[in-house]
Amino acid sequence: MAHVVVGSDCWPFTGGTSTFDVEAATVRELITALDVQFPGLGDFIDKRMAFAIDGEIHQDAWFSTIGPASEVYLIPKIGGG
Amino acid sequence: MSKIHITTTVNGDPAEFLASPGMTLLDALRDELGLTGAKEGCGSGDCGACSVMLDGRLVCSCLVLAPEVEGCRVETIEGMAQGGQLHPLQQKFLEHAALQCGFCTPGLLVAAKALLDAHPDPTEVEARYWLAGNLCRCTGYDKIIRAVMDAAAELRQERAA
Amino acid sequence: MSETLDKPTVLNVVGTRPIRPDGADKVTGRATYGADYNMPGQLVGRILRSPHAHARIVSIDASRARALPGVKAVVTSADFPDLASEMHDGGEAASNLRDLSLNVMARGKVLYDGHAVAAVAAVSAAVAEEALSRIKVIYETLPHVIDVEPAMSPDAPVLHDHMFTEGLETPPTTASNIAKRHKNVRGDVDAAFATADVIVEDRYVTQAVHQGYIEPQACVAAWAEDGRCEVWSSSQGQFMVRTYCAKVLGLEISDIRVTPAEIGGGFGGKTTVYLEPVALALSRASGHPVKMVMTREDVFRATGPTSGAVMHVKLGALSDGTITAATVELKFQAGAFPGSPVGAACMTALACYDIANFTIVGWDVVTNTPKTAAYRAPGAPIAAFAVESAVDDLARKLGMDPIALREKNAVRDGTKAAYGPTFQNIGYLETLAAIRDSDHYKSPLKPNQGRGVAVGFWFNVGGESTAAIHISEDGSAAVVTGNPDIGGSRASMAMMAAETLGVPVERVRPMIGDTASIGYSMLTGGSRTTFATGMAVVQAAEKVILDLRQRVAKLWEVSVDHVVWRMGQAECIDPAKPDKKPMTLAALAAQSGRTGGPISAQVTLNAQGAGPGFAVHVCDLEVDPETGHTSVVRYTAAQDVGRAIHPSYVEGQIQGGVAQGVGWALNEAYIFDRDGRMENAGFLDYRMPVASDLPMLDTIMIEVPNPKHPFGAKGVGEVPIVPPLAAVANAMRGAIGLRMSSLPLSPPAVLAALDSRKG
Repeated sequence: MAHVVVGSDCWPFTGGTSTFDVEAATVRELITALDVQFPGLGDFIDKRMAFAIDGEIHQDAWFSTIGPASEVYLIPKIGGG
Repeated sequence: MSKIHITTTVNGDPAEFLASPGMTLLDALRDELGLTGAKEGCGSGDCGACSVMLDGRLVCSCLVLAPEVEGCRVETIEGMAQGGQLHPLQQKFLEHAALQCGFCTPGLLVAAKALLDAHPDPTEVEARYWLAGNLCRCTGYDKIIRAVMDAAAELRQERAA
Repeated sequence: MSETLDKPTVLNVVGTRPIRPDGADKVTGRATYGADYNMPGQLVGRILRSPHAHARIVSIDASRARALPGVKAVVTSADFPDLASEMHDGGEAASNLRDLSLNVMARGKVLYDGHAVAAVAAVSAAVAEEALSRIKVIYETLPHVIDVEPAMSPDAPVLHDHMFTEGLETPPTTASNIAKRHKNVRGDVDAAFATADVIVEDRYVTQAVHQGYIEPQACVAAWAEDGRCEVWSSSQGQFMVRTYCAKVLGLEISDIRVTPAEIGGGFGGKTTVYLEPVALALSRASGHPVKMVMTREDVFRATGPTSGAVMHVKLGALSDGTITAATVELKFQAGAFPGSPVGAACMTALACYDIANFTIVGWDVVTNTPKTAAYRAPGAPIAAFAVESAVDDLARKLGMDPIALREKNAVRDGTKAAYGPTFQNIGYLETLAAIRDSDHYKSPLKPNQGRGVAVGFWFNVGGESTAAIHISEDGSAAVVTGNPDIGGSRASMAMMAAETLGVPVERVRPMIGDTASIGYSMLTGGSRTTFATGMAVVQAAEKVILDLRQRVAKLWEVSVDHVVWRMGQAECIDPAKPDKKPMTLAALAAQSGRTGGPISAQVTLNAQGAGPGFAVHVCDLEVDPETGHTSVVRYTAAQDVGRAIHPSYVEGQIQGGVAQGVGWALNEAYIFDRDGRMENAGFLDYRMPVASDLPMLDTIMIEVPNPKHPFGAKGVGEVPIVPPLAAVANAMRGAIGLRMSSLPLSPPAVLAALDSRKG
C-alpha cells in the first residue's frame, strides 16, 4: 500500500482529508485509484499535480513506479522562469 | 513629407540611404543599411544597446536623427572585426564569457572600444562608470569588466611592442 | 550525503571553459534576434492599448482607420475565437487559455493601462501609428485597484464577476478579486508559539518588478493562402509559441511552424505570448507577413511583471536556536488575471528549514495591473525576502550568528521538506559552510557598512526534451535540440556531446531547431535545459556510440561486447584478435554508407528527478547617511550546482541572478499614479543596476552531484535570485541599525528610515 498525502488543493474533492493508503504500482494506477474514490480528483491531479515518490519529483509521468511501501506526496506542478 | 537623401561613411565605406526627417540613425542603420548589430532596447537613450561612434564620439544612435549624419563618419559593431580577425575586446569578451544572451554586447563593445581608445589604462572604477550607460541584465557586469581590463592590458602590450 | 556516479572521473571537456560556439556571431552583431528578421513584403503591426486601468469597452469603431491608405488590416477581439476557460500545459505551469487570449486582446473589458484593444497592419510605422489614432474606442471607466490589500477588501472594485475564491473551506457566494487561497499546515503552531522562548514578527511589503530583459518582444508572422503559418519569434520556447498561437486563434498545431530567434533575455518573461497571435491575425486579414516589435514602454505597460506583495511572518524559537514555530501569510498581486506565483512561494518559503510546526497561507489576488508572468524562481525571492529578514531578526534576538542559526535548523538528506517530499543528494549544509568559512565572511567591516546573510531554494524542473545527433562524413557532429539558448546552454550541449563521443568540442556544432525540424521540447526555463535537454543529448550520443560499436563489430567480426568506445574511437578487446587497430569516429563516418547508412540518433525523454538548488549569499553594503545612497561593496554567492558543465556560464547565471536581486532590493519598482497608470515605464526611471552600481560578484560553486544526470548537473539559473533581496535588507539592518521591511530600499526610503530614528 502506498502512503499518499495530498494538500489543500485537493480538499474540494476529498472533503478535507489529506492522507490515504492506496494500492498502486504506477502513477497512472494511483490517479485511477484516487479517481474511483473521489470522482473528478483523478483528472484534476493529472493536470495540476506533480508526484514526489519517496522524495523524487515526477511530473507528467504515468509510468513512474511506486513501490509497495512508497510515500507519495502530491504537490502542485512546478514551473519556473 | 518627402525623404531626404543622406550620404555618409559607415565603417570606412561610403553609404547612402533615404531618410524621413524623423528617422533615427538607429532605424537608418537597421532598416535602410541592413546593419542590425545596433539594437533598440529602449528608444530613449537609457540602455546603450544602440551605441555607435559618430565622428569619433560615442552616441546612442536612437537619439541621433538620421539626417544629422550627412557627411559624417559612423562606426558600428560591424566594423570592429578587421579582415576576419576579431578585435581584442571581442576576443576577450568570448574568453571571459562576458555575454550570455548577447543582446547588449554590440553596444557594450562599441562603448568599451571608445573607452580604451581614449583611456588605454583605466581603473576598474573608471571602466564601470564609463560603461554605466550600457545596461546588461544577464551578467551582473563582473565578467564584462574583467574582459575590458584584460583587453586593455593586451592592447597596451601590443602598442609597447 | 552524495552518491558517486559510475562515470569516468577524468573528464576532458565537461568542466572546462571553451569559447561558446555562437560566440563570433554574438560579438560581431551578426546574430539575429527577434527584431532583426524581415520577410519580403512585410507590413508593420502596431497595437492600440487601453489608457484606462479598468473600463468597459462600449464600442470600437475602426472605420476611419481602415479607410486610411496604406492600412491593410485592423483586428480586435472579434477576430479571435471566444475561448472557454481551459487549463493547458502549453507553458511551464498550467495556463488558463481564456485568460491568455483575453490578455492578448481585450474582450468586453480592459483590465489595465496598456491592455491591447485593437491592432493594425500597415505599409509603414508612420501609417500604422496614424491608423491607431483613428480608431475610436468608447470606454466606460470603472474604479480601479492596484495594491493587493485594497484589492482584497470587500468594497474593492471587482475585476471578474465570476471569480469566487478557490481553496476555502466554505466556497464564497460573492465574487471578489481573490482567485485562490493556498494553505499548508504542519503540526500545531499555536502550541509551539506558546512554548517558544523567543518570538519575532513583522510585516513585509514588496513592489511589482519587471524581468527587465533588454530585448523587447518581437516577431514576424506570415499566414499563407493555404493556411500554413510561419512565425519567427524571440521567445523562451518555440513549441510554446506554436501551441499558444494555435489555441488562441483556433488553428491546428500542424498549421504553424515557429522558428526561434536568438533571444535577448527572458528570465521567465518570455514564457508566454503577447504579439504572435496578433501578428498572425493581422497577417491572415491582410494577406501579407506582419512584423511586430514592442517599444520599451509597451514592455513595461503590457508584459508581465512579477507580483508586488504584502507578507506577514512570525517565528518562534527555543533559546538554543531551534525554530519550533512559523506562520507565513503571503498576499500576491496576480495582475489582471489569476495566476500569481504565490503557490510556489508558499512551497519555497520555509524550504531551507526543518520546522516541526508551521502554517503557510497564500492569497492569489487580481489587480488592475498587467498580468504577472514568471520571473526567475517565480514567487520564491519575494517569500524569501520576508522569511530571511525574519530569521535575521531572530538571530539578533537570540544572540546567534546568522549562519549558525541556519545550520541549526537546516534541511539535509532525509529531511521532509516543508512542501512535502524528502530531500536527497542536496548540498545545503556544504553551501552554508562555504560562506561561513569564506574570506568575505571573516573580513572586517568599515564605518557605515553592514553585512547581511540570506539563503534560498528552488525546485528546478525536468520535463520533455528531444535531442538529435548527426555525424557528418568527416566525423564532426551536429547536435540539434529544441531549447532557445538564453544563458549559454548551447555551449553546454556541445560539451556534453563532445565528452560522451570523445571528440574535441570544436568538432561539435549545436543547433536549435524550429518546431518542424526537431521533436517537441518544453521551453527553456525552470533551470531545466542543462539537466533535461543535456540528458537527452548524452543519451543520443550513447545511441550513436552503440550504433558505431555494432558496425565495427561486423567489420572486425567480433561480438559487440568486444568493442569498446574510448576517447573518440572504437577499440577491440577481443583477446583472440589483438591486431585490430582502433577506428576513429572520422574513419567510421567516412564509410558509413557502406556499413548501413548515415550515423544519426534521436532521443526523446521526460526527465524526472531534477535536483533542487540551494544558495547562501553574503552582502556588504555601505550607506551614506546624508543621502541614503547605498553601495554594494562586496558580494559572495555560494550555490550547490551539482556539476558545473561550463563553469563560466554557471558563474554567469549566479552573478546575473544576484544583480537582478540587488536591483529588486535597492531601486526597482512599478510606480502607479492615481489613475492606475505606470509612471516609470522606461529605463531612466525604472532603475536597474548599471556597471557602476556593483562590485565584482564572487561565486563559490559547490558540487554535490545529482545522480539522475549523466554528469551530475543540477539546474542553476533560478536559485541565485532568491537570497539577494534579504541579503541586501539584512545588510541594511546592519548598516543603519534599523529594520527596513518594505522594498525597494531606495535613497528616499533610507533617509526616511534614518530620520525616523532621529525623531
